[in-house]
Amino acid sequence: MKVRILVRLKPGVLDPQGRAVHHSLEGLGFDGVDDVRIGRLIELNVADDTTDDSIDQMCRQLLANMVIEDYSIEKLSASEPA
Amino acid sequence: MGMRSAVVTFPGSNCDRDMAVALANVSGTQPLRLWHGDAELPDGLDFIALPGGFSYGDYLRSGAMAARSPILQAVVAAAKRGVLVLGVCNGFQVLTESKLLPGALMRNASQNFICKTVPLRVETNQTRFTSSYDAGEIIQIPVAHHDGNFFADEATLDQLEGDGQVVFRYTEPCNGSRRDIAGIINAEGNVLGMMPHPERAIEHDHGGIDGRRLFESAIGALVGA
Repeated sequence: MKVRILVRLKPGVLDPQGRAVHHSLEGLGFDGVDDVRIGRLIELNVADDTTDDSIDQMCRQLLANMVIEDYSIEKLSASEPA
Repeated sequence: MGMRSAVVTFPGSNCDRDMAVALANVSGTQPLRLWHGDAELPDGLDFIALPGGFSYGDYLRSGAMAARSPILQAVVAAAKRGVLVLGVCNGFQVLTESKLLPGALMRNASQNFICKTVPLRVETNQTRFTSSYDAGEIIQIPVAHHDGNFFADEATLDQLEGDGQVVFRYTEPCNGSRRDIAGIINAEGNVLGMMPHPERAIEHDHGGIDGRRLFESAIGALVGA
């Protein structure tokens, strides 16, 4: 089973990288960009019987830092090509 | 001096030797050198230093991998027993990632790596790491980091301030840290994390010796204990 985990900074946590990228987009002439936030996409290939709780614990214990980040889990079908 | 100290080296540590030299210089005793894969600590340690550097290449987040390494589980257990633990720079990041200290260290607000000597205010000398300083004293200590931007939520910051756990503060904004916090200590008073490098301010040839008293304080606490 393929699992996609999206780790994002919590709302209200300043994102210096996002701010710098926002500034660069403006420098390239792209108008109308209100905000840029940068996160991290982590893809796991796990055994099909891996429990939701186990994936949740992976996020909480390592993949996300709960002080500053939130995460969301997307489970893709087992047959989907990697 | 009865100090039995150790410096932990992770793959990617680069201030471990500086830390060992500082400890040897101030205490007169060579610290033990430990490796990240060691699952057990030698008996009788009373001071453990987690040095600066880029442990595990800063993969995932600075300090994240080191905080899950075998030796850190032993360091956490030692800290819970009251052993003094000092984390400098990457070592501070490891301490927050391992939950020995609250908060997190994020990318500098400027996005730039900052390498310079900065003035710090010693916010409290009521700790085993700062008893040789005067409270409110301004000292000069080098910083060299990319991820030194201390973050914690407002409630945690208020608690740290109220309980005297903010030990060092930048006297002017440095890296975007909340409330200009440069170093904090745990509630029990035996685990200190700081971004500036006291081990780089030990000898006059370093440009200053303001870091020396941090180690002297710790030695004094151990000898007096």
